[in-house]
Amino acid sequence: MNTWANIKTIAKRELGAYFTSPLAYVFIVIFLLLSGVFTFVFGGFFEREQAALGQSFFDWHPWFYLFLVPAVGMRLWAEERRVGTLELLLTMPVTPWQAILGKFLASWLFLALALALTFPVVISVNYLGAPDNGVIFCAYVGSWLMAGAYLAISCITSALTRTQVVSFIVSVVLCLALVLAGVPGVLKAISGVFGTATVDMVSSCSFLTHFGGFQKGVLDSRDIIFFLSVIGFSLFSTSVILRGHRS
Amino acid sequence: MIKVENLTKLFGTKRAVDGISFSVERGEVLGCLGPNGAGKSTTMRMITGFIPPTGGRASVGGFDIVENPIAAKRLIGYLPENAPAYTDMTVSGFLNFCAEIRGLRGDARKKAVSRVVEMCFLEAVLHQSVETLSKGYRHRTCFAQSIIHDPDVLILDEPTDGLDPNQKHEVRGIIRRMGEKKAIIFSTHILEEVDAVCSRAIIIDRGKIVANGTPPELRRKSEWAGAVTLCVRGMAAATVTAKLNQLSAAKRATVISDTGSRVTVTVFPKPNQDGELTRAVMDASHGWQVEEMHTEVGRLDEVFRSITMPDTAKEVAK
Repeated sequence: MNTWANIKTIAKRELGAYFTSPLAYVFIVIFLLLSGVFTFVFGGFFEREQAALGQSFFDWHPWFYLFLVPAVGMRLWAEERRVGTLELLLTMPVTPWQAILGKFLASWLFLALALALTFPVVISVNYLGAPDNGVIFCAYVGSWLMAGAYLAISCITSALTRTQVVSFIVSVVLCLALVLAGVPGVLKAISGVFGTATVDMVSSCSFLTHFGGFQKGVLDSRDIIFFLSVIGFSLFSTSVILRGHRS
Repeated sequence: MIKVENLTKLFGTKRAVDGISFSVERGEVLGCLGPNGAGKSTTMRMITGFIPPTGGRASVGGFDIVENPIAAKRLIGYLPENAPAYTDMTVSGFLNFCAEIRGLRGDARKKAVSRVVEMCFLEAVLHQSVETLSKGYRHRTCFAQSIIHDPDVLILDEPTDGLDPNQKHEVRGIIRRMGEKKAIIFSTHILEEVDAVCSRAIIIDRGKIVANGTPPELRRKSEWAGAVTLCVRGMAAATVTAKLNQLSAAKRATVISDTGSRVTVTVFPKPNQDGELTRAVMDASHGWQVEEMHTEVGRLDEVFRSITMPDTAKEVAK
């Protein structure tokens, strides 16, 4: 009871912080612009002549998130440490876990909002044809879960440093590795050197591989567990790093 | 209320805090003095649960800060060094957040916020963003945060740092008034504050407590405590000092100033006496044209220096 109240209070503050700075608006505008441009221009939405979003729209998400999510997550802890409010927050009657969850959930909700604002794409495709809305919903869920995984990795890098820029760069690199692990060209190179067994292992770590199922409308528990465990592990690492700073 | 036993903190191999023990009861204000880097802030960070101790224990209201951190933190109000506050929030938003996370809801929260706003004179900046505040206002905003839940224990790291003299006076007044009902620890570099606010003071140097007592007790450690300064007209400085040096209670007499017609001399006492020197000087100066005479109560700054920098103090004395 008290736990949730604390998490809610922290999340509310954090969410408010996004909207008092221009960051939230800049982020949403860029995200929506990119989504629009890539879906309709590069994604070949019309040329496909299919009432679906699987490829034209959702294919781009892992690549947008690669740069946009670290920008949302970079300030979470780095800013607290730079300004010194971390000392204030952690001497309040809250546990470090409540603080970590509160902050993560606030950013994740913010990403959910940005994702929800892409609804005109869904309306368009429904206007133009009769898509399978179940598949679209499923892909949205997958996209949001994947965004959470990117975000949790940004939490780690943000806790590692006082400088937001460093946090941003490190998390882009880490996330890039997790995306590239699923790119066919990369996998081909790996199979050439290490053999096919390694390829399966590497690709099973990739965001692309696990997001693929959602795009096709398959809610596979393994994919859900994959993203949730990336989030869980990253938040746990964040707590270890935060404890490390203090001792 | 606050109990610290053998508290130790190692950073790598450096002993930042080295076996500190003290306790503070309700109604006490403990001043924490010491040079920069002596371990004052580290000690406070350990008591408030921000950093875990390497050894020893700290408890607040009977709750151990490591074993029962949430219960202990509920009792504490803390003003960290440099008074951090969320720069993206307004003063009102910040205080409401702090009240909420302290478990104050609804009317209780509104009351708590308006109480501290009034107490810390924040009405004028209530809807201003923390980022745009002057240092004094930011400091008071963070101070307001520390007392918002009317805590039993207050831990203030340099509460008057960066304030102008009027604001300093105000904050000292608040600390003194609250000290009647709470247990307070505060650190400072300003020695006059010790007299103005503390019921007891400790001096920390290189991680250890090197002095502990009430302000008058500390002052008595000074060479100046009980020294007599007198101003005599129409006598040669040598005659005056010669006579005063003969007194059995006197350690030595030093000429402070000599204008030819007026000599000012200070006589330092031998240790462990109670006003004997003053009486002896009064007897000795019988018949002199004494214009002024007073007994010194001792100087905290000199005690501070002689304790924390023994070598330099000797140099100065020479």
